[in-house]
Amino acid sequence: MSELSVNHLLGIKYLNKEDIQLIFETADHFKEVINRPIKKVPSLRDITIANLFFENSTRTKLSFELAEKRLSADVINFSASQSSVKKGETLIDTVNNILSMKVDMVVMRHPNPGAGVFLSKHVNASIVNAGDGAHEHPTQALLDSYSIRERLGEVEGKNVVIVGDILHSRVALSNIYALQLQGANVMVCGPKTLIPKYIDKLGVKVETNLRKALEWCDVANMLRVQNERMDISYFPSTREYTQQFGVDKALLDSLNKEITIMHPGPINRGVEITSDVADSKQAIILDQVQNGVAIRMAVIYLLASKIKQ
Amino acid sequence: MSQKVLLNATEVNIILHRLACQLIEKHNDFSNTVLVGLQPRGTFLAKRLAKILKEEYKIKDLKLGLLDITFYRDDFRRSDKPLEANTTDISFVVENKNVVFIDDVLYTGRSIRAALTAIQSFGRPEEIELLTLIDRRFSRHLPIQPNYRGRQVDAINKEKVIVQWQEQSEEDAVYLINN
Repeated sequence: MSELSVNHLLGIKYLNKEDIQLIFETADHFKEVINRPIKKVPSLRDITIANLFFENSTRTKLSFELAEKRLSADVINFSASQSSVKKGETLIDTVNNILSMKVDMVVMRHPNPGAGVFLSKHVNASIVNAGDGAHEHPTQALLDSYSIRERLGEVEGKNVVIVGDILHSRVALSNIYALQLQGANVMVCGPKTLIPKYIDKLGVKVETNLRKALEWCDVANMLRVQNERMDISYFPSTREYTQQFGVDKALLDSLNKEITIMHPGPINRGVEITSDVADSKQAIILDQVQNGVAIRMAVIYLLASKIKQ
Repeated sequence: MSQKVLLNATEVNIILHRLACQLIEKHNDFSNTVLVGLQPRGTFLAKRLAKILKEEYKIKDLKLGLLDITFYRDDFRRSDKPLEANTTDISFVVENKNVVFIDDVLYTGRSIRAALTAIQSFGRPEEIELLTLIDRRFSRHLPIQPNYRGRQVDAINKEKVIVQWQEQSEEDAVYLINN
């Protein structure tokens, strides 16, 4: 087994193809571990990890915490809403205070793009980006690719469309990088107002007609509309968005093939996808959640192996 | 670098049959016993013993599992080279079973300590025994000894004991290598 080429996981942009391969191979082993009667291994018993969530999260926070605990790391949790950040403390001061409690690794979600990169230059700990604003969400992209690989055998050569709010989505950008690194063809589809200008410069196809996009793809990754990041209205109404960019069973059945449906969560049932699609066999949404723990265990394990005693 | 043959193919074969017989003496029809080969190199020995037990001594329903101990080792972050994980393949529960760990070389005993922790993820065995082809005497860091041993070897720490299996290198042999 080789090593990761990086000491922090700040974004997929900083990884290479071999890193992703290594993370997937390690996750395969951890997937076997988390399906055992006793799901815990003692590998990280001398590592302390701080989960710093400056922004709300359910899935990612729980997934990281579970991954850390299953590796036997000591875990401390921090959420900005209940902290001295409210009193005006800076990010570096907050993190340095936590690090002086002998923390080895920081998993951080922050509303500002680049917060992880900034922190990695100022503190002496391994940083894992758990989402920085609308920039990157690398572990989500890794678990998405891993889930595609699990369902379809490989990622290379597959056609993947990312549907919805591309403009505000960190999942979209990380997914584009990760999928392209593995040789997949990527398309984005959504209202023109929610597709960033010049996104085609990243080498992705752009489509505004959902049916055409679905006819092209093997996998459709349906994104949530991130109302919390919108300062203006990007489409007339939720109803109209759903009519044009929502996927229901009738639309899927009308295609000449069976495509795989993904969603990073949380799902707005009846908006991006209907319940019958979310709960169908074509959807691998719960597989994504399960794979998330294995992928995060792999990332933490591989980064921890670079923290020498 | 010099190398000395400790065991040739014929000697390995004789030892394998002797070890198989010793296992039968203790475990009879293996109805409550499982063999667990330790990854990576103990699996060759475990598979070879299982083959002898099944084909030559007609043991039916012999259970063989493969256990990877990478995530249970105590040298994580101490080792210069990254630890390489292997597959664990244990399709049975070890609760109340007699477990026989099988490894090619017993050296410091740290791998066996890790295996003792790892096997607990699959239940609480009634008893655990250890079978090794080579027991490097006087090299132990932990109070661990084999129940069944093929050959005891005295080697100083800078010497390496390398076990080669037909499946990998076209011959069964054990070498003592002095760097």
